[in-house]
Amino acid sequence: MMEKTLYTLIVHSENIAGVLNQVTAVFTRRQVNIESLNVSASSIQGIHRYTITAWSDKDTIEKIVSQIEKKVDVLQCRYFTDDEIFMQEVALYKVVTSVLIDSPAMNDIIRKYGAKLIEVNQTFSVIEKTGSTHDIMALNEELTAQGGMLQFVSSGRIAITRARIEHVNEYLEKISSQYGIKNL
Amino acid sequence: MANIITGAEALIQSLLNQGVDTAFVYPGGNIIRVFDSLFSHQSDLKQILVRHEQGATHAAQGYARISGKPGVAIVTSGPGATNTLTGISDAMLDSTPIVVIAGQVGTDALGTDAFQEIDLVGVTQPITKWSYQIRRAQDISWAVARAFYIAQSGRPGPVVLDFTKTAQNETVDYSPEKIDFVRSYIPSPEPDMSEIEAAARLIDCSTRPLVLVGHGVELGNAENELKAFIEKADAPAARTLLGLSALPSGHPLNMGMLGMHGNLAPNVMTNRCDLLIAVGMRFDDRVTSAVDSYARQAKIIHLDIDKSEFGKNVKPDVTVLGDCRRTLALITERISRTCHKEWIKEFKPLAQKEHEKVIDHAINPGEGPLLMGEVVNAIAMQAPSDAALVTDVGLNQMFAARYFKYSVPRSIITSGGLGTMGFSLPAAIGATFGDQERMVFSFQGDGGFQMNMQELGTIMETGAPVKIIVMNNSYLGNVRQWQQMMFESRYSCTHMTSPDISMIAGAYGIPFRRVMDRRELAQAISDMIAAPGAFILETIVLDEENVMPMIPGHEPVDHMIFTIDEKWR
Ligand SMILES: Cc1ncc(C[n+]2csc(CCOP(=O)(O)OP(=O)(O)O)c2C)c(N)n1
Ligand SMILES: [Mg+2]
Repeated sequence: MMEKTLYTLIVHSENIAGVLNQVTAVFTRRQVNIESLNVSASSIQGIHRYTITAWSDKDTIEKIVSQIEKKVDVLQCRYFTDDEIFMQEVALYKVVTSVLIDSPAMNDIIRKYGAKLIEVNQTFSVIEKTGSTHDIMALNEELTAQGGMLQFVSSGRIAITRARIEHVNEYLEKISSQYGIKNL
Repeated sequence: MANIITGAEALIQSLLNQGVDTAFVYPGGNIIRVFDSLFSHQSDLKQILVRHEQGATHAAQGYARISGKPGVAIVTSGPGATNTLTGISDAMLDSTPIVVIAGQVGTDALGTDAFQEIDLVGVTQPITKWSYQIRRAQDISWAVARAFYIAQSGRPGPVVLDFTKTAQNETVDYSPEKIDFVRSYIPSPEPDMSEIEAAARLIDCSTRPLVLVGHGVELGNAENELKAFIEKADAPAARTLLGLSALPSGHPLNMGMLGMHGNLAPNVMTNRCDLLIAVGMRFDDRVTSAVDSYARQAKIIHLDIDKSEFGKNVKPDVTVLGDCRRTLALITERISRTCHKEWIKEFKPLAQKEHEKVIDHAINPGEGPLLMGEVVNAIAMQAPSDAALVTDVGLNQMFAARYFKYSVPRSIITSGGLGTMGFSLPAAIGATFGDQERMVFSFQGDGGFQMNMQELGTIMETGAPVKIIVMNNSYLGNVRQWQQMMFESRYSCTHMTSPDISMIAGAYGIPFRRVMDRRELAQAISDMIAAPGAFILETIVLDEENVMPMIPGHEPVDHMIFTIDEKWR
C-alpha cells in the first residue's frame, strides 16, 4: 500500500447538468472518499470550477484524474499537493450570546484565531473564521469548551494554484489555435 | 425559408442529416409522436421492429461493428429505456458507437414519478460516453449532431438522448447542424513527436519484440498501417479477442490470440519478449491474468487514443497518445527494417505443442460426439472468406473465436468486455443490415440462444439472412467447466433442458437442420450456406467438453494448462 496524501483536485467543466454526478462517481468507483467538495463559478464565463480534496496515493489519484478528464463535458482536471496551492476554508460558529458575554476568555479566543463576530443578538451570536482546517477545528474545540455552542459548520476547501501559468487558459488557447476557432 | 416542423419530425430529419439509413425500434406511449413521424419516412429510413429493446441495442451494436457507422435504437421511456441498459453497457465496454433515443415524459411531469418515468440520464451516465435530456425542440438539431459526433469520434462509445414528450410535440424552425468540435473534448489528440521518437528508439533496440493488436486498430481503420509496421519491424503479433480480425489469420507474423483461452505461444512469449508493443488494447484482466507477473522482463510501449488507459492496469515505459493510424505510420517511418528470424522461430514449437495437445483433437476428434471446435472449423472451411463471425458468450464464444478464420477487417463481433449472453442473435441481425453483402454467422450456445430468441421474430419479419449455429451441449457450459475445475463437479444449476429447437424454427418459418453425426456435418453446412436467407443449424455436441488451453485464474500468462485436472506447478 502506498502512502496516502491529501490531494486537491481542481476540475473545470462546462456548465451542463449532471457533471457533478459524473465527477463524484469516479471517486466512488475507485473507492476513494471525497474529503471536501466545492463548486463555484470560475474566472471564465460559463465554466464551472470544482475543488475537491481526497486522501489517496499518487497512483490512484492519477487514475482518478485521467478518468475525470475523460468525461466529455470536463475541460480539465489537475491534482495538487498543499505546497502547490493557496487554500482556505471558512467556518461559522453559532453560540449562546450570554456565554459570549459572561465568559471572559471568549474575546481572547476570537482574537487569537483572527475570527470575527458577524451577528450578535440577545439569544445567539455568530462567529466567522477563515483559515486552515487545523485552525478551524482548533477554534471549534476551544469555543465548545466554553459551553453554549449551538451550531458549527465548515465549508469545503477552496484553492488557487501557485503556478505562474493558468492551466485552463493555456488549454483553451491551445485548442483554439489547433482547431482554428476564435470564439470558443 | 422557415421549416416549421414538430420536434419528433426534427429528430428524424436530424438522423437523416447524420446519414442514418437504419434504426432498430420499439414503440410506446412516450415516443409515439416520433413513430408517427417515422410512418412518413418508410422510404428513406429503414425501421426494424425488434422484439425486445435489448435486441434493439445489440442490433445497433452489430450494425456499428460491421459498418463502422453508429447504430441507432429508438425506444419508449421507462421499461423500454431500462431494457436497453445491457446493450448500452456492452457498447461502453467494447467501444461501440451507438445512439439510443428514448422517449421521456413531458417536462412538467419530470420528477413526479409519472407513468413510465425513470431518471434515464442519471441511470445511464455511468455507462455512456454522453447522456443528455432534450427538453426543448430547439435543442434537437444540436443534441443529435453532438450525439453522433461524440459516439463515433475518438474512442467510440454509446450516447443516450432522453427525449421529452414536450420537445417531441413542440414545433421548431428546423435547420440541420453539423458538429465536429466540442471544446471540452479532444477525441483524437495530436501525436507527440517525442513519444514517437522514444517508441521508435525502443523498437530499434529490441531483439525480441511482441506486438499486441487490439480492437483499437480496427476502430482506427489502421489495419494497413499495422501490417506495414510489423512487417518493417519484423515483429510477431498477437491479437486480443476483439482484435482478431485486425490482422488476417493467415499473416505470417500472426501468432494467434491472447488471453485466458488464447493460444499458447503468444501467452508464453508475453513473458519472454524484451519489448511489448500494445496497440489499441487495454490490458484487460482476461488478457493479463496475474498483472504482477505480467511481462515483467519487458519494456512496454502503449499506443492508445484514450489517455486514461495508460497505466490503468499495466505500467508502460513509453506511451504514444493518438490515433494509431497516424502514430503507427509515424513510428514505422522512423524505425529501421529489421529481421527477427531467430526470435520468430521460437514461437513454432509452442504452436506445435498446442496443436498436438489440443487443436488437432479439437477440430478432428474422429470418433465420439461432435465437438464445438470441429463444428466451427468445418464452417470456417466452407464460409466465404469475407464472412463475419458473431458470437454469443460461453464455450461457444471461445471455440468460435479460436477456430474461425479471419481474412478481412470487422469480421469478429463478440461481447468482450461485458460478456453478454444473448448478444449474438440480435447483433447478427444488426450486422446483416450494416453490411448486406457479407455472410453473417451467429454462433450460440443452448443457454444464450434462449436469452434473446424472441428476435427470431425480427428475422421472420425482415428476412435478415443470419446463419445461426446453436451448439447444444445441454449445459451452461462455461460455468459448468468452472464448476468442474473449482467445485469438484458440483453442477449447480448449469444443466439445462431445452425446447425442441426444430419446432421453434418451424414456428418462425426458418429452415432448420439438426446434426449429431459428423458424417452429415459438411453437407448440413453447405445447405445452410446455400440457403437463400436465414437458417438454424443445431449441432448436438459433447456435453462436458471443456475449452482448452487455459490460464487458470490468477496464474501468470505463461502458465497455461491443457487438461482440466492439470494443476500448474
Ligand atoms: C446475461 C448473462 N448471464 C450470465 C452469464 C454467465 N455465463 C457466462 S457463460 C455462461 C454459460 C453459457 O451457456 P451456453 O449459452 O449454453 O454456452 P456454452 O458455454 O454452453 O457454450 C453463463 C451462464 C453471462 N455471461 N451473461
Ligand atoms: Mg451450452
